[in-house]
Amino acid sequence: MRRVPLAERFGISGRGLVALLPYLWLMLFFVVPFVIVLKISFADVDLAIPPYTPLVQWTEKNVLAIKLNFNNYEFLFTDKLYINAFLNSIKVAFLSTLLCLIVGYPMAYGIARSKPTTRNFLLLLVILPFWTSLLLRVYAWIGLLKANGVINNVLISVGLIHEPLTMLYTPFAMYVGIVYSYLPFLILPLYANLEKMDWQLLEAAEDLGCKPWQAFYKITLPLSRNGILAGSMLVFIPAVGEFVIPALLGGPNALMIGRILWDEFFSNRAWPVASAVAILLLLLLVPFMMWYQSIQARESAGTR
Amino acid sequence: MNQRRSVFIISCLAFGYAFLYIPILSMIVFSFNASKLVTVWDSANSPTLKWYHSLLGNEEILDAAWISLKVAVINASGSVILGTLAGFALARFTQFRGRFTLNAMATAPLVMPEVITGLSLLLLFVAMEQLIGWPAGRGITTMTMSHMTFSMAYVTVVVQSRLATFDTALEEAAMDLGARPLKVFFVITLPIIFPAILSGWLLAFTLSWDDLVISSFTSGPGSSTLPMVVFSKVRLGVSPEINVLATLTIGTVTLIILGVSLWMARKHKLPKPAA
Repeated sequence: MRRVPLAERFGISGRGLVALLPYLWLMLFFVVPFVIVLKISFADVDLAIPPYTPLVQWTEKNVLAIKLNFNNYEFLFTDKLYINAFLNSIKVAFLSTLLCLIVGYPMAYGIARSKPTTRNFLLLLVILPFWTSLLLRVYAWIGLLKANGVINNVLISVGLIHEPLTMLYTPFAMYVGIVYSYLPFLILPLYANLEKMDWQLLEAAEDLGCKPWQAFYKITLPLSRNGILAGSMLVFIPAVGEFVIPALLGGPNALMIGRILWDEFFSNRAWPVASAVAILLLLLLVPFMMWYQSIQARESAGTR
Repeated sequence: MNQRRSVFIISCLAFGYAFLYIPILSMIVFSFNASKLVTVWDSANSPTLKWYHSLLGNEEILDAAWISLKVAVINASGSVILGTLAGFALARFTQFRGRFTLNAMATAPLVMPEVITGLSLLLLFVAMEQLIGWPAGRGITTMTMSHMTFSMAYVTVVVQSRLATFDTALEEAAMDLGARPLKVFFVITLPIIFPAILSGWLLAFTLSWDDLVISSFTSGPGSSTLPMVVFSKVRLGVSPEINVLATLTIGTVTLIILGVSLWMARKHKLPKPAA
């Protein structure tokens, strides 16, 4: 008789065992934390360690009382600051994604259509900044944009301007920083998509009398739809909650929700409010994340 | 390609690469600038290495770098194990209970805003400490576990896509010849996906080495990482030492990336059979 391995007796196959470790890890460190955030978003701020009131309490008569406190959410919806920050974050992320597309699409296209030897080199040049610290690359823009920074110095010495331009700590600086940091995330999936393109379709269209821009609009653009969407999601979703770039380049008035969450947590020690902000942000982003997943599934299935 | 179109595309590429590289080049150039004003070139005394000396004598930065290094190495090694298991399960087993959940959990950290991940992990550690007394306080351990959670997602994607490009014929042949699944994995699969594992390790290392937000949430007193120290310095303004740090980082990354891609390109070419 075959000896049944221990795991199988519990209904776990050898295959299940391989998946079990990462599965448990992600459950504990990725899913459970959200449940706790949800729980604490219903708690009250308290001068204690940790700084919030317990949700479930034994009252004097041995009755288990659950106290759900919706004040944090009410607060977020009544105080204009939070609503404005949410709306502004969506606007900034959307415009940054659009700018990334304008800069990144021709680049991805150019890389995909270049000779295989140059292609690898060009790709490497896109990936390289992605491997160097985001923080340091954002810092580089402070040196370029500030009043006595490189750009102002160059413009003044050429004679284009006489007074230095105010660029640092403005929305402009924030957009530059976001587009700059997230550009590789847009180019790479778009390139992966364009690389699989059958360019003979374009030649055929032009032979049949299509102008180049018509051929691009009717063939290349629709066929690269999944690449555009996947790249855009990789920019848009993290950009909505971005903290570092608005904090360093955006100036004190840059209302971004990631920054509000950070300040609520670190400056005000209002953990329940920060948790409520996180839950709302998550609710806002989950549809986009699911959209991204379905695009990925379609892309790997090879259908367009 | 059409002449006019190719001129347009080439100028777009030139603009794009200038945009990507001018900030990096400016940091490298100004790291040799003698002036404390950082962006005002002091042509009388530059180029100089004085900021390199001062960075290498800066205890605060060196201590933080040492902490970052420890976290990054443990994180990279742990994420490679978890990520390879997850990537292997997702690529090779088309059906098992929990496949959908595992896939969703393994890709969500890629796009999750860091402030959410950071906050949720911190609250988990606080709750765990209250409940079972572990981890007592926060520091290197909690940071490493947090980094592993998002790094393993990247490793999973890299390993999974590498496995997807190889069909299962070799693995099946080995099984048919009587090799046990574990042996097949170590003798056949592992060497095939080794480049993916290596790039996954490097990626996980870099992600951890660069992380500011999640570390800030999950670190404790006395365990400031390099990005945390850099962030607090940069908030006060530009500093010549940060340019030096950036230059050293860029130099190291460039060398490693070039080395690995050359090595992979050579390895790719070698086994070509004579036609």
